[in-house]
Amino acid sequence: MEELDGEPTVTLIPGVNSKKHQMCFDWGPGEMLVCETSFNKKDVTSRFHLKFLHLFECFLPLWHHKMFRAHLVCHFIFCRLVRVSKNYRSVIRACMEEMHQVAIAAKDPASGRQYSSQVRGVTTVVLAPLFPSLLPAGPLLLHLLDWVRLHVCEVDSLSADVLGSENPSKHESFWNLVTILVLQGRLDEARQMLSKEADTSPASAGMCRIMGELMRTMPILSPGNTQTLTELELKWQHWHEECERYLQDCTFASNPHLESLCKIMLGDEAALLEQKELLSNWYHFLVTRLLYSNPTVKPIDLQYYAQSSLDLFLGGESSPEPLDNILMAAFEFDIHQVIKECSIALSNWWFVAHLTDLLDHCKLLQSHNLYFGSNMREFLLLEYASGLFAHPSLWQLGVDYFDYCPELGRVSLELHIERIPLNTEQKALKVLRICEQRQMTEQVRSICKILAMKAVRNNRLGSALSWSIRAKDAAFATLVSDRFLRDYCERGCFSDLDLIDNLGPAMMLSDRLTFLGKYREFHRVYGEKRFADAASLLLSLMTSQIAPRSFWMTLLTDALPLLEQKQVIFSAEQTYELMQCLEDLTSGRPVHRGPDTQQCQDDDIETTKVEMLRLALARNLARAIVREGSLEGS
Amino acid sequence: MEEIYAKFVSQKISKTRWRPLPPGSLQTAETFATGSWDNEENYVSLWSIGDFGNLDSDGGFEGDHQLLCDIRHHGDIMDLQTLSVNQQWTTAHYHTGPGSPSYSSAPCTGIVCNNPEIVTVGEDGRINLFRADHKEAVRTIDNADSSTLHAVTFLRTPEILTVNSIGQLKIWDFRQQGNEPSQILSLTGDRVPLHCVDRHPNQQHVVATGGQDGMLSIWDVRQGTMPVSLLKAHEAEMWEVHFHPSNPDHLFTCSEDGSLWHWDASTDVPEKSLLFHQGGRTSTFLSHSISNQANVHQSVISSWLSTDPAKDRIEITSLLPSRTLSVNSLDVLGPCLVCGTDAEAIYVTRHLFS
Repeated sequence: MEELDGEPTVTLIPGVNSKKHQMCFDWGPGEMLVCETSFNKKDVTSRFHLKFLHLFECFLPLWHHKMFRAHLVCHFIFCRLVRVSKNYRSVIRACMEEMHQVAIAAKDPASGRQYSSQVRGVTTVVLAPLFPSLLPAGPLLLHLLDWVRLHVCEVDSLSADVLGSENPSKHESFWNLVTILVLQGRLDEARQMLSKEADTSPASAGMCRIMGELMRTMPILSPGNTQTLTELELKWQHWHEECERYLQDCTFASNPHLESLCKIMLGDEAALLEQKELLSNWYHFLVTRLLYSNPTVKPIDLQYYAQSSLDLFLGGESSPEPLDNILMAAFEFDIHQVIKECSIALSNWWFVAHLTDLLDHCKLLQSHNLYFGSNMREFLLLEYASGLFAHPSLWQLGVDYFDYCPELGRVSLELHIERIPLNTEQKALKVLRICEQRQMTEQVRSICKILAMKAVRNNRLGSALSWSIRAKDAAFATLVSDRFLRDYCERGCFSDLDLIDNLGPAMMLSDRLTFLGKYREFHRVYGEKRFADAASLLLSLMTSQIAPRSFWMTLLTDALPLLEQKQVIFSAEQTYELMQCLEDLTSGRPVHRGPDTQQCQDDDIETTKVEMLRLALARNLARAIVREGSLEGS
Repeated sequence: MEEIYAKFVSQKISKTRWRPLPPGSLQTAETFATGSWDNEENYVSLWSIGDFGNLDSDGGFEGDHQLLCDIRHHGDIMDLQTLSVNQQWTTAHYHTGPGSPSYSSAPCTGIVCNNPEIVTVGEDGRINLFRADHKEAVRTIDNADSSTLHAVTFLRTPEILTVNSIGQLKIWDFRQQGNEPSQILSLTGDRVPLHCVDRHPNQQHVVATGGQDGMLSIWDVRQGTMPVSLLKAHEAEMWEVHFHPSNPDHLFTCSEDGSLWHWDASTDVPEKSLLFHQGGRTSTFLSHSISNQANVHQSVISSWLSTDPAKDRIEITSLLPSRTLSVNSLDVLGPCLVCGTDAEAIYVTRHLFS
């Protein structure tokens, strides 16, 4: 296992006395949960007792909101894989610049450093021309040069500075600029700068001209070049000797700057190491060294040069950082090592997940079968997506990533999507839409149930009903209807008539709901004095078994005024059915004479009601039979 | 065709609104406000698209919008309106119920202004009427609805219209004292929740609503309780619908499925040739009428209410170049349109009718 590059920082948790009690902790996707136990250091047998929980958010610079763009655009590209590498690069470049701004603006220098080091690390590796099969055709060195030029963005601003001044060659950074240009192999620009120097100081004009000639004649590799490598090597050797000659002849002796430039162009390691500041890191040193000592280097040899460059550059003063390890692995073209090093060094799965995905699509990654998850690519994508879900607003991106994980993606999505905190209905609707698009009916049901429960608790019965309709949850619809009916029994009137009157086809969702709708219809019809219709409706409510038993008494009591009307409303047949219902109801109820007086009173009321009903039914039956028996009724 | 510029801002946009111009002004819209949601810190931001006199050398920044200022906001931003006001009404919307021991705040879902009056509606089913200079609400209708009220708009000055999550439109008259709506309209079919509503700028009886199934409905509130036409539109929730304020034959809708549609019902175009829209989609829909009552009032026929399918065709164009995450909000003013998405992007075009 690799060692950390620095001392771990110690953070004191307020309110926890680590001397008295032991702490326990667990990792989450982006946080750490710490709590104090009641184990003390001596007595291990005491019971585990939770007092306080502390939640730590780990410092994740890649979750900074300016980096959202990176997540978003990567997500966009990930889903489409269009012109992948270049797009990724430009995104990273843009984000890198922005992060520089953030790092500069960060008040705390430590966090600023952390920002920039993290991002620089990531960008370095991304921009590195890592793998030969990913590279477009062309010699390795050209790509390395490209990489270095892209990576170091200070040159442009320095160049603008110097050229913008009145007298460029007298600018204090003039020679620095020329040196950097030479170090990056931008010899044409260096020549232009030298010509300015030649113009202003005629004494060194001659030397500048010679140097310029050397720069111009350096044989370079270019993709369109038809020379063979051997030809190129010969020419280069020739040129190298010419430079050597000039140096030996002390042509540039009077101008130390030009002399050091010449040494650099000869690939002299000591001269290069003198420019450590301008080079700023060892891989720049590596590229420059290769440019001026072995321009036709082959990819296989790269790692040896890399190792020696690293050692020379660090010179034993400092040890390699994790980022350096990543790059070394990259130069060795050891993909798995790169991924492993990245996973260790970077605090976030963003980079590793996208890189592995790219490699997988290019068929460069031999899939290791891990103990769980289908392969490394899927494992990393799952980790990254889980991290996205832990973030309050990036969860929508995580959904798409899970979609692309064939084995465990759906299951992970199912687990995560239920746990997104839902503060507003609009967010809930978006989550539900995601579930419905993927036919996750269980999750839809469970989320709707939670929302409906919340609504019921807040007395928003209409909302509760609309959630149950969405989830096609008959059980919950029954619950809501029961609530309505209970309210009616308590208050004697319906609340939320606008809802119950306009249930529409949703009524069919649950029997109880249908009953509620029909019962309300009964009241309405009764109010309109259409008694015959009301009567048959009431009867159908009882005989069709959709009325809950507990409600039958109420229904029968509702029948009383109809029975007591002057005209006969219930036919004999109907009256028989009503009597049947009454008998069903009373036969199931045992009559108990308990000591409780309240119970006694209730029983009395019950018996009185039943007797009244019996009487009314009997009278109605009599009248109905008479009417039907006589000539008018038929 | 239309140049539509996108800018990535690092926040999911829930609402965008143009700053209103003084009536009769000849300027084009220049400033718009956006509200974000779902971040730990949300912002209300003000953006300007006026060109500052200097174009970039490659001309690419002509349409780019620049941030003018922003302010932090606690909670998601659900709706925005422009008014000059110096009050803050907290706890305008709250839940009380047997389950909540004390007031627990409920999200306010919609707001509409008609200087100086402000009407808000929320998930608690409550309607509040505020005035810009009063500290307390002038009028509150508790339990106006048993479900969530999603949006509100003014019909005539003392009347408002709300839509709720059981698919009903309710008209409320503030001149009346009771807590009952003066009219309720709904579909007879499934009670699909309605999310947005907008009134025709000139004909105050014509109203458009968008529902959870992406259906666009046009209603005539003077007659009947059913919509005049139902148009199958988006594949997911329609978040906003807007009539164009000065060209009301044009309608705009945006949806969770990531598209923004421009509905053109103007019938004075002689040839409806299919224009080539870059990346967009042009299709012609027939307006599908389900009501035969519109024949009664022939005097004022809006192109939205007409029922002759052969004669009147609506041309629909998709304005965004490619599918993104949900388009949450849009606003139109003159030739300018702005919309915001969950992909943390704001799209602006200044040439809607080119």
